[in-house]
Amino acid sequence: MSKEYETVIGLEVHVELATKTKIFCGCSTAFGAEPNAHTCPVCTGMPGSLPVLNKQVVEYAMAVGIATNCDITQYSKFDRKNYFYPDNPQNYQISQLYLPICRNGYVEINGENGKKKVGIHEIHMEEDAGKLIHSEWDDCSMVDYNRSGVPLIEIVSEPDMRSADEVIAYLEKLRLIIQYLGASDCKLNEGSMRADVNLSVREVGAEKFGTRTEMKNLNSFKAIARAIENERQRQIDLIEDGEAVVQETRRWDDNKEYSYAMRSKEDAQDYRYFPEPDLVPIVISDEWIEQVKARQPELRDEKMTRYEADYKIPAYDADIITSSKKMADIFEEAVADGANPKKVSNYLMGETMRLLKDKSMDPDDITFSPANLAALIKLIDAGTINSSVAKEVFEKIFEEDIDPEKYVEENGLKMDNDEDGLRGIIEQVVADNPQSVQDYHNGKEKAIGFLVGQTMKATKGKANPGIINKILKELL
Amino acid sequence: MANVISDETIEYVGILAKLELNDEEKENAKKDMESMLDYIDKLNELDTTGVEPMSHVFPVNNVFREDVVTNGDDRENILKNAPEEQNGMFNVPKTFD
Repeated sequence: MSKEYETVIGLEVHVELATKTKIFCGCSTAFGAEPNAHTCPVCTGMPGSLPVLNKQVVEYAMAVGIATNCDITQYSKFDRKNYFYPDNPQNYQISQLYLPICRNGYVEINGENGKKKVGIHEIHMEEDAGKLIHSEWDDCSMVDYNRSGVPLIEIVSEPDMRSADEVIAYLEKLRLIIQYLGASDCKLNEGSMRADVNLSVREVGAEKFGTRTEMKNLNSFKAIARAIENERQRQIDLIEDGEAVVQETRRWDDNKEYSYAMRSKEDAQDYRYFPEPDLVPIVISDEWIEQVKARQPELRDEKMTRYEADYKIPAYDADIITSSKKMADIFEEAVADGANPKKVSNYLMGETMRLLKDKSMDPDDITFSPANLAALIKLIDAGTINSSVAKEVFEKIFEEDIDPEKYVEENGLKMDNDEDGLRGIIEQVVADNPQSVQDYHNGKEKAIGFLVGQTMKATKGKANPGIINKILKELL
Repeated sequence: MANVISDETIEYVGILAKLELNDEEKENAKKDMESMLDYIDKLNELDTTGVEPMSHVFPVNNVFREDVVTNGDDRENILKNAPEEQNGMFNVPKTFD
């Protein structure tokens, strides 16, 4: 009988913080600038330059720590991690080893067997490295230091996860907490959130952990799920064949769905950490922690409760809308603009989700303004347009963020409530479709739907469906 | 001399420091390191029980900068520090992880 294995997973998650400037200098962190436009002597590692810590970095790190139930280290320091690589111009990275800013936290996720806590070992602050571009033609690499010195926090979990689903639930939870705090946009595909997966397997019931590997280069939730499944199987196959799992760092290639070893424990680097002499310690008072706590915005769980209570929308709706900070923001602004909450919710969960899926977009990619969605819903409620026209107008709003009132006016899409005019059109439709009329009289209720459809077509979709139904019933 | 630096150690330190030393230089470096370590050993004569390890000599904490962009576009000057430049980037020998 084959043995049963348990997968044990811990995560190291790097998050780029949403500060305006770098962690140790006044260079901009704006994305997409010309190479090396946002650089200075500090972030290009020039001799004699000195780092000065960005206060906002400390406050974001504290906010994430508080929201993930961590203890804030009230005497915290930076350390130097030495390594040679051209994306790191100082030949060391300023990080935190001995006294990281947050420790001993947890988040709660929906695991395989109900709610469970995933422990957070620590959160530390550090600087990002530059970007290396390898020349295809020459025997050289080129370095862009715009990203050098962009602030990161690294969130190190305990090995508390047991499956890819739990890993993704944990990452989703972290992402939402950090997005709601405004500390980062957490985009995996753009690298503002990066996850390294530490994974080992052991026989069910075993007390000791197996030998673990670390997997890098995971750029989407799907890639993470595939890499976990692949690595779990690779380790089980090794064990079943009587071979040993080697402690090593592996790189995932999501196109080939395969990973390869980057470096093993034997040639692991010796980072020679020591306290960073260019930066003074950070002392965090109780008052400071209280100030950061007091500024904490409403997080997802509180939002869900409030939506149900204040806007009377179902828990199901609240869950979907708050699954993205962007959607929650649109919902609240449209409702504040006076639109009916349940209808705003319907448009977000229905049409918006459908269009996002059709166009392979994320909620974060939404560009329409909540005011235009609110105006559309008001047009429907006022009976100015019917629901089929509204869908068409919404697509325009979604794509081009048009003003619906103007658009309806300019394109003559107002609902046709003219009973006498409609009666004439419907009489013609009835006369043209004797078979459907016959079917209706033979008890086929559905036949009336066809006649409504024909009338709509004849009025270019603008007729008031209530009036059509009423007149049709009279005529038949 | 109380401290003895082995051949392996000097080899390893050379690798970490990216230094290529010939045999004579290695022997000299060994002696230098040994005498430095002996000198540092003097500190062990002090009783440091209960003394917190210190990372900084100044009694200063919390030196911060506000999150405001202060550096303008000084790309041209920064790139002057590059041994070689290409497309606005620093040229370095081809490097893969």
